[in-house]
Amino acid sequence: MEKGTLKVKAGLAQMLKGGVIMDVTSPEQAKIAEEAGAVSVMALERIPADIRATGGVARMTDPEIILKIMDTVSIPVMAKVRIGHFAEAQILEAIGIDYIDESEVLTPADEKYHINKWDFKVPFVCGAINLGEALRRIGEGAAMIRTKGEAGTGDVIEAVKHMRSIKDEIVRISSLPKEELMTVAKELGAPYDLILYVYKNKKLPVVNFSAGGISTPADAAMIMQLGAEGIFVGSGIFKSENPLKMARAIVEATTHYNSPEVLAKVSRGLGSPMSGIAVSELTKEKIISNRGW
Amino acid sequence: MSIKVGVLSLQGAFKEHISRLKECGISAAEVKFPEQLKDIDGLIIPGGESTTINKLLEKYKFKESLDKFYRDKKPIFGTCAGLILLAKNIKGEGKGLGYIDIDVQRNAYGRQIESFEELLDIRLDNNQNGGKFKSIFIRAPKILNVGKKVRILGKFKEDIVLVRDNNVMASTFHPELTCDLRIHQYFINMIKNIKGDN
Repeated sequence: MEKGTLKVKAGLAQMLKGGVIMDVTSPEQAKIAEEAGAVSVMALERIPADIRATGGVARMTDPEIILKIMDTVSIPVMAKVRIGHFAEAQILEAIGIDYIDESEVLTPADEKYHINKWDFKVPFVCGAINLGEALRRIGEGAAMIRTKGEAGTGDVIEAVKHMRSIKDEIVRISSLPKEELMTVAKELGAPYDLILYVYKNKKLPVVNFSAGGISTPADAAMIMQLGAEGIFVGSGIFKSENPLKMARAIVEATTHYNSPEVLAKVSRGLGSPMSGIAVSELTKEKIISNRGW
Repeated sequence: MSIKVGVLSLQGAFKEHISRLKECGISAAEVKFPEQLKDIDGLIIPGGESTTINKLLEKYKFKESLDKFYRDKKPIFGTCAGLILLAKNIKGEGKGLGYIDIDVQRNAYGRQIESFEELLDIRLDNNQNGGKFKSIFIRAPKILNVGKKVRILGKFKEDIVLVRDNNVMASTFHPELTCDLRIHQYFINMIKNIKGDN
């Protein structure tokens, strides 16, 4: 019996496909997410919109809060650690978390290096804005990727940009002559064997979800049509007027992303989505998707 | 004989099942609405989150069409979450669809960190018996009890992990995550035999 293998780590992400992972800050919110049909919850002290608003250093959530959420729901529970903060990851592994998100949403702990995720039995998901970054994280042991988008804004533009960027680069690489691949690996800063995998299989070696700015059923459907395999919704649910209704609608839109009739039905009468901030209005230092090395 | 197999595609690893079926040379289709059950000869309910899939089954009113599919003796195969949905009883949660006479417990091995892979002996008939099968268990359920008519096709230590009850089969592990096609092929043969008899 072998535990913690890549097959088993990446396998859980495969089981989450076509589903919605929701940010929650309390057992009550976790219960609402589960009731709405979330495939997993991300346990957080503050949702990204509040991290943006209040500022300060954003760290791993108190394990006490995470454990209460784990006791409340039967779906898998994820939690975030700061980029490079392997001790926070050790703590989350010790409490039995199901997935760790090494996340740019928290304040980075290391300006140069990410966690060596091969050291852990618990699987990791990491953010990426392009193919090179995705493959570096997979090289370090990530078993799942999510495009970063721009968390806590409610603006989908970056999520769209990052998903298109990864898809376009995959298409480009798989059409190149093989002798060009080593130079591509050098340019993208990605492991050669993973470039070779993309070249042969025309996809990432692990599941790729979309995150950062998705806040309506239409956003969910758009990003799924662009090739996301599932969705993270952060602030979009509990910053909306009617979280349960919005959560249910986003779940249904993620399943039926190709059916405009269903999308029209579930989009009706949801109340206001989160108000949000346009990414174009953010000053450079407020952009968090550029965290990650 | 030409057959078409549907894979319930509300959430979970449905694309993996479709790929395995196509590798077996079989026509496969996503099932997202109940009326699509009319066009297929057999159905796979994939792994995923059983609570999510169950909510979507209710929301999109699958029950009646699924019951008819089962009563028409069309084969159904559930993996992991699919097995939970097909079971008669789910410990602590009440009744499942009841198409297979088993009682199950969700997440019975513990959290993700306890997920594992193992080479298991499986006993498929139709001359495909024997041999090891690489089995991936992810937050897997356990089968607590089986009815008298249920055939046991695979075990992990004392745990029953692969079963068949008439035209319904189920596994607590994920044959769709490996490139070994024997279990899918077994299910395809079951569909062909039953379609041939009708």
